[in-house]
This record gives sequence, C-alpha cells and structure tokens, in this order.
Amino acid sequence: MAEILLPLLVLCPLAASLVVFISAGRMGARAIGTVACAGVGISAVLSIILSVMLLSGPVAGGLQVTLWPWMRVAGLSADIAFTLDRISMVMVLVVTIVGLLIHVYAAGYMRDDPGIARFFGCMTLFVAAMLVLVLASDLLCLFIGWEGVGLCSYLLIGFWYDDPANTSAARKAFYMTRMGDVALLCGLLLLACATGSLRIGSVLASVADGRLPASGVNVAAAFILVGALAKSAQIPFQAWLPDAMAGPTPTSALIHAATMVTAGVYLIARVHDLFAMAAPVMALTAVLGALTLLMGACTALVQSDLKRILAWSTISQLGYMFLALGCGVWQAALFHLMTHAFFKALLFLTAGAVIMRAGHEQDIFRLGGLRRAMPGLTAAFVAGASALAGLPLVTAGFYSKEMILSGVWHVHFGLAREWTLSGHPLWGIALLGAFLTALYIFRCVFIVFCGKAGTRAAGRTSRLMGIPLVCLSVLSLFGGVIEMPDTLPSLHLFSALLDPGTPLSHADEPVWLVLAGALAPLAGLGVAWVLWGRPSPVMREIPGQAGVIRPARTGRGMDVLYDRVFVQPFRLLAWLTRLDIPGHAITGTGRLTRAASAGILGVRAGLLDMLAMRATGTARWAGHLPGLFQNGRVRWYAAWIAGGLCAGLAMAVLS
Amino acid sequence: MLAFSFNDTLLVATVLFSIGLAGVLVRRNMVFMLMSLDIMLNAAALVFVGAGARWHDATGQVMFVLILALAAVETAVGLAIIVCLHARGRPTLDADTGNLLRG
Repeated sequence: MAEILLPLLVLCPLAASLVVFISAGRMGARAIGTVACAGVGISAVLSIILSVMLLSGPVAGGLQVTLWPWMRVAGLSADIAFTLDRISMVMVLVVTIVGLLIHVYAAGYMRDDPGIARFFGCMTLFVAAMLVLVLASDLLCLFIGWEGVGLCSYLLIGFWYDDPANTSAARKAFYMTRMGDVALLCGLLLLACATGSLRIGSVLASVADGRLPASGVNVAAAFILVGALAKSAQIPFQAWLPDAMAGPTPTSALIHAATMVTAGVYLIARVHDLFAMAAPVMALTAVLGALTLLMGACTALVQSDLKRILAWSTISQLGYMFLALGCGVWQAALFHLMTHAFFKALLFLTAGAVIMRAGHEQDIFRLGGLRRAMPGLTAAFVAGASALAGLPLVTAGFYSKEMILSGVWHVHFGLAREWTLSGHPLWGIALLGAFLTALYIFRCVFIVFCGKAGTRAAGRTSRLMGIPLVCLSVLSLFGGVIEMPDTLPSLHLFSALLDPGTPLSHADEPVWLVLAGALAPLAGLGVAWVLWGRPSPVMREIPGQAGVIRPARTGRGMDVLYDRVFVQPFRLLAWLTRLDIPGHAITGTGRLTRAASAGILGVRAGLLDMLAMRATGTARWAGHLPGLFQNGRVRWYAAWIAGGLCAGLAMAVLS
Repeated sequence: MLAFSFNDTLLVATVLFSIGLAGVLVRRNMVFMLMSLDIMLNAAALVFVGAGARWHDATGQVMFVLILALAAVETAVGLAIIVCLHARGRPTLDADTGNLLRG
C-alpha cells in the first residue's frame, strides 16, 4: 500500500505540472487552477493517509520505498528511494497542506495573469521537487530535489520577466544559492568517499560508529552547513531573499517563506547525528543563526516595503531555527519551521491581498488606515503578526519560540576539552530578537491598518483567496498547542512525535525563563503601540538617513560588501581573463610553431626543388651530350668510330 | 727471300691506314675522302697479302682481289652519289654541309 502511495505523493504534483505546462494556452485559467490544486490536494490527502499509516505502525524506522537503483559504481551506490519517517512526515504535511492552501489562494490571485499556466506549472513542479527533497532517503536523491526547488525558485522570481529588475533578482538568487549548492555537493562527495554510500541511514550509522575521522566529520558538516546557509538565506548569503520578493506573492509565501528556504533547516535536522559529532560546526551554526536573527530583525525594522519587511522577518525567523539547530534542539527547529510556515504564509498571502486591493502599492507609508476598508484581511494579518511576534499563550509562534529559547538556555558547547561555552549570551540575543520581532511587525500593523487613510482600497477579496487565509489563521493561532513548556500544562506531543525515544526534558527550567520569553513580545508590542500606534504617534518613520539606517533600509549594505569582496575581484579576474594572457601565449606559441614549420617546409621544399632542378639539369645536360655527337658531320662520325675502335683495341690489348 | 718481314708489312699497312684515316678525318672534300678510304682499303689489303705471304696461303691474295673489287665498287658508288648531289643542285664537295638533320 505504502509502496504505491509514497511515489504517488510525488507523482501527483509532477503530473499536474506536466499537464499544466503542456496545455499552456489551451486551458482556461480556471481549469489550470483546478488541475494544479487537484494535484497538490491529492498529495495532501495522501500525506495525511500515509502519516496515519506511519503513526499506527511500529515506532522504529519508517516507510521505505526503493523505486530503482540509480547508479552502481565501485565504492558508491545510489538509489532513487523514498523514506517517510517522522521527520519527513512533519515536513511533508507542512509542504502539502500549506502548499495546497497557497495553491487555492493563487488560483484566485493569479486569475487574470496571462502567464498563469507557466505560474502553476512552476508551482506544482516546485511542490514535486520539494517532496523529492523531503522524502529522499539518499542524499544524492535529496540533491535532485534541492536543485529542483532552486530551479523553480529562479523561474518564479523571474516570473514577470519583462522587468530587468526581476530577472536580475532571479539571477542573484540563483547564483547565491548555487554557491551553497557547490559546497553541499562537496560535502556529499566527502561523505560518499568516506562511507561509500549516501543513504542517510548508513551515513549516519558510519558516523556514529566513528568510522570517519573527526576532521572529516567536521569538514563535511561545515560544507553541508554552507549549503544550508545559502538555501536558507542566512549570513553571509542573506542578500538574495529580499530581492526574491520580485516574484508573485504566492511564490513568496510558498517558496521564500514556508518551504524552500526551510530546506536548509530540514537538511541539518535530517543529519543532526552528523552535526552532533561536529561540535565546532554546531557552535558556528548557532552563532550565525543568532547573528542572522538579530540582523534580520534590525533590518526589518527600517524597511518601508511591506513584502521586504516580511522577507527580512523570514530571514530572522530562519535564524531562530539555525540557532536551535546549532544548540542541538532540532525538534524545536522543526517545530518552529512548522509554525513559521503557517504564520509566514498567512502574512504573505494577506499582504498580497492587501497590496492587490490597494492598487499594487507596497510602501507601508502610503498604505494606511486599511482597518475599516478590509476588516477581514486586518484580522488575518493581525493573527499572523501575533504568531510571528509570539504573543504568549494564544499564538503558535509563542510555543515554538519558547521551545527554542529554553533549548538555547540549556546548551553548552564543548568546543575543546577544558573549554565550554554557555548558551546564555545566545539566549539573550534570541530574547532581544523576540522583542524586535514584535516591534517591527506591529510597526507594520499599526502603520498599514491604523492611522489615517492612505490609498483607497478597491474591490473585494474573493472567496477563493479568503478560505486559505482563514485556515492559515486558525493554524497559526492554535497550531502550537501540541507542544508546551513544562511550566504550563506539560504537553509534548510534537517532540514525542518526532523522537519518541528521548523526550526533551525541561525539568530544571526556571519559571522566569518562560516569563521572560512571554514578556519580550508584549514589551515589543507595547513599544510599537507607543511609537506608531497611538492616534498621535511619536514617529511615523525612523528619522535619519545617514549612518547605519540608510544602508540597512535599502538592504544594500551587504550588496556593497559582496560587490567589494566578490564581484570586483571577479571582474578583475574576468578582465584579466579577457586580456587572455595564456591565450596570447598559446597563440604566440602557435604562430611560432607555424612559422618554424613553414621555415622547415620551405627549406625542405627548396632542398627538394634544388635537387630536382639539379637532377633534371643534369639529365638534360646528359641528354644533350650524346646529341652533340649526332652533328651530322660524316668526318666526326668516322672519327668517333676510329676513336671507339682504338679504345676497344687498347682495352683488349692492355687488359 | 722475303724483301720485307711480316712485321714491316704490318707497319707499312698501319702507316697507310693512319694516312687514310687522317685523310678521311681531316679533308672536307668528298673526292679526297673517297681517295683516303681507298688508301685505308689498300692498307687492309696489304695486311691480307702480307699474311698470305707469311703463312704461304693463297687466300690472302684472293681477299686482296675481293678488296680491290670492293674498292672499285665503293669508289663508283661514292662518285655516283657526289654526281647525284651535284645534279640535285648542291654544287659543293664539302662533306660538312650535309648535316641538316643534325641529330
């Protein structure tokens, strides 16, 4: 049963994608939307059925399906094989269900776009690729999905390719994730060389057995980390994600918030046993995650573009997940991944609807007072914003963030034998991040939905777009109660689901820890209210164009740095290459050789010519000489006869 | 009672032959060349005669008679050719002018 259903899970979106692509121009917008939603919807139903099958079965292992062996060479074997275990189950549910909701929304949102077939083809292809990534039980097979989602991301960012800015954003995203992909591939090759197989189970087993040297484990983990950082837009690769907002909003919601950018988190959670053996890489992951969450939150605070605010907040939330991964609480990372998928998809979809109805205005300062014009969207956005901020008890984001915070508090990095690093500073950063998160998202809420009216809203949100918003609102408000801190009713459904053997223990957790995590978002909300929310707000805009604010606002600071560090040397290199010194050398050598060979050829030809001339000359002369005898003079003939006779006689006599 | 020994005969014949040969080679007048040829024939005939006398054999004298006839015929034919050339409008006896084919 599972052997059929598991491949079908991937095949349904793939088939839908093929149908939509091939039918381009021959099917109506409604039919295309229906096919795409049906493909992803069947997938969602199948994933629920499979989850039930998995959970009702024995605890250990998972559903394994080997479709076909991909390659068998000496020292390496790779299969196209799918595994549904508890980690991938969570991911599959998130991808298919959130994907389905976003597809339904997109069927309404993209209704009037002429490129709707291309759009839905890419979207369903993306879902298929993402499912391959998630389900793959072989790291090489995972890499197929990894590249597939990158391709779909590129195609969808540059969806409106008429504008050069969009295509350049697509290229930027592609290049930057490509750098990470190369690193990931290096890591995979290292692991393949060391263990002879890329099957996740056997790789982790050989790492656990200590068959790999510690340095090898560290290097492989570092390579995989770089790949994950690039995919998840963490420092130093974060610059591509804000630009990726050039794509249609459902794309931003599905690919650049809910699923693709979390692939890095998923990958590290998948190989968490490998990372557990590489303490320095873990510490690096945690530090980079903390830095990213702080940087993302600070940047989001000064943005004025609605979608860019959400993009930076995605980067910041992904930073939380990396922090959790670095601290070894990968369950918390996956939990946050799930709740983040809910509320960030909700925020993006709501923002898309708001922007659409406000006449494609994305600047939050030109929007304003939309509360009265669109109360439903306001409610949905506030629900998403509270979940993002993690307002205590009533939102999903609170529980997941709380889980991360408590995990970070307890962690100790054993970098060297005598030298351990406590996680408390990182906890402080994460708490500050929580405060900033509430501050920037409620700044956005207050400016867009409260205050004096800005642009006039037009039209209505169609039901097709409304239903997913309601579902996602419910999920982002109540999706978090399956896992609670110990100080509240002790409920650990999610971590028990993921890892039934070793439940996370929060036994020694002080109460004030939870309290601090609860108060930080509330403080952020309060400050945001004081600054932007009151009828006479303290400021509409953070003043000051100079210094840190300006590069942070445009988000171009990193771009300048990239320009200096990577692009300029590369340009120089390209310029040097264009000078083509080796080329000239080669050409020169070639010319020299040609000249030499021409010379040799000339000499040879001359010599031969000369010889031939000489020979013919000699021959002619030799031919001419007997001719001299034949001068027609009888006396000469007689003389020759006499001479010949004398010579003959002389020879006969003398010899 | 040989007035000459055979060696002397051969010597005289050689001298005659050389004179004749020199005449053929040096003289351009065809009549003189014919005459020189006759001298050379006579030298050969003298060798026959001398050899016949040396070995007491009459065949040498027979050969002399044959050579004499040959020389007469040769002179006759040669003179006839000269006369014919003269008749064809080539009023010269110079042998070197007959090299128009030139080999």
